[in-house]
Amino acid sequence: MALNLRSITEDAPRSAAETLEVQLAAAAAFVRKHTIASIYHAGSGHPGGALSAADLLACLFGAELNFWPNAASDPNRDRFVLSKGHAAPALYAVGAHYGFCDAKAALSLRKLNSKFQGHPHVLDLPWVETSTGSLGQGFSVALGMAMGLRLQKIPARVYTLLGDGELQEGEVWEAAMCAAHHGLDNLCVLIDYNKLQSDNTNSAIMRLEPLAAKWRAFDWAIAEIDGHDIGEILSTFRRAGASHGRPSVIIAHTVKGKGVKYMENVPTWHGSVKLSREQAEEALQSLGATRPEIKELLDVV
Amino acid sequence: MSSNGPGASLQEAGAAPALIGSNGDSLREAFGKALSALADEFPTLVVLDADIAGGTGVHHFRKSHPERLLQFGIAEQNMMAAAGGLAATGLIPVVTTFAVFCLRAVEQARLSLAYTQRNAKIVASHPGLDVGPDGGSAQALEDMAAFRAIPGMTVISPADPTEMALATRAILEFDGPVYMRTGRSAAKRLFGDDHTFEIGKGRIIREGHDLTIVACGVEVARALEAAEMLAGEDIAARVVNMATIKPIDAELLARCARDTGAFVTAEDHNVHGGLGSAVAESLAGSHPCPIEFVGVKDVFGASGEPEELALIFGLTAPHIAAAARAVLARKRACA
Repeated sequence: MALNLRSITEDAPRSAAETLEVQLAAAAAFVRKHTIASIYHAGSGHPGGALSAADLLACLFGAELNFWPNAASDPNRDRFVLSKGHAAPALYAVGAHYGFCDAKAALSLRKLNSKFQGHPHVLDLPWVETSTGSLGQGFSVALGMAMGLRLQKIPARVYTLLGDGELQEGEVWEAAMCAAHHGLDNLCVLIDYNKLQSDNTNSAIMRLEPLAAKWRAFDWAIAEIDGHDIGEILSTFRRAGASHGRPSVIIAHTVKGKGVKYMENVPTWHGSVKLSREQAEEALQSLGATRPEIKELLDVV
Repeated sequence: MSSNGPGASLQEAGAAPALIGSNGDSLREAFGKALSALADEFPTLVVLDADIAGGTGVHHFRKSHPERLLQFGIAEQNMMAAAGGLAATGLIPVVTTFAVFCLRAVEQARLSLAYTQRNAKIVASHPGLDVGPDGGSAQALEDMAAFRAIPGMTVISPADPTEMALATRAILEFDGPVYMRTGRSAAKRLFGDDHTFEIGKGRIIREGHDLTIVACGVEVARALEAAEMLAGEDIAARVVNMATIKPIDAELLARCARDTGAFVTAEDHNVHGGLGSAVAESLAGSHPCPIEFVGVKDVFGASGEPEELALIFGLTAPHIAAAARAVLARKRACA
């Protein structure tokens, strides 16, 4: 939350790190606004878990991944797999912000003939690396990538973002055991721990706690952070890159629906939901969008 | 502390016991030896194992290329999806486990291998009643149906060790996801050194004009036996070895329909969804004609030796011959 407290003025001198954090905050804001707009246009989609992951995604694409639109098939690139595939609108938005796809095209989310399907599909958009949506699988695919890169002595890293409800899939713990056994220190798991899932809270549906202890018992390097604190996310990425001999997991505490006041911490907004014009406008206002910006995002054909 | 990584399993590589029931000439043995022999030619080939290398035949590969045998433990869902990640980095992953455990990971194969069009191979040993004494829980009679229903998935079931070795090369040369059955029991040698194999092509291995028996896997040997029995009754049965179940060789089936006008299908699998269904679907559109289906009649298997089970569940040569007589009677009634 450091960013919200910091007073940023045009004439204040900024360090490079501060400038980066401002840029990433802007990227996260873009992700949130485009998430709302694309779900509004689609008439369905999962806003809650896309909004909670926006800061993590902005930091990954804006500062951490060695992955650029003009070299999206470079074998030496870092890989990112969105294992919680239902957060696709946020992935498309962050991709649009950093030049992997067209922002206006991404507003065709979930529509017939759109490359921006309800869940990411690698044959439509190669830069999403693999197709996800069935929880647990993206993690295993990322593990396979990490293993394949290591076998071929390619120094790239693999990141994957999991939802908290996703951790209820048995496959996740198969992969957790496997990655530790093989010492895949080029693999980093991020958990968007927003405490809510489709029908209710994690604790009501299927308890995850003690969560850090579970990963510790599986012999992973662990960090537990505020998933909306950009400075903390960045410094944790740097530490995760140095977990010699062990895979790393970043348990990012987040707020489901983050940034849209009426969605925050309300399970109903997990989706798939239909946003009315009024709801979409209110959400965008809540995210700080200006009137012309709202009109542009919602009136685009 | 036990050691980490795939190297941990290597110490025991030389100590693999003889495979019970295989007599060293099973399809799984042929597959494992072929993989090992092809490894240098296919440097990107890696083999995934879920703690049953000695059962699937890949202990041969583990011995020859230990650094390329990736151990996943008893966790098939993770193994199947991880193959998608390995393939995404340019390797050719070969997932090996028992057919029944492939069923456990069908959804992983669907999303992370087929939907993504990965160049990954799934090779399943212990399919069908051929599993024998392990019993009904271990006998996959639904695997070909499940994998055949996945778009873009090629499904193969070779008939003898020679064909198995050729098919192993063929799937490595082929770009795309493949599901291939091997076999647990000692397999009859049917083909000589001049045998060839091509994905998607059936082969007439015995000529005949009264009807066509289309078989795959262990049923090919039984189909040949049945044809011999029928010859004694002046019935000339053509036998087709349909080693590729998907894509089915529609052209060959159409030709056989024109030439013989009646079919028996034979497979060590449920009669629903496997080879018989593929043949029927293919013929229904262009050359409808009578078909009798030899296979397991929508029930689960049981413990027993494979030959005992074949007798009880109706997969033997006399069962195929009886189906041939029945289909001939129907053909004549239609005429």
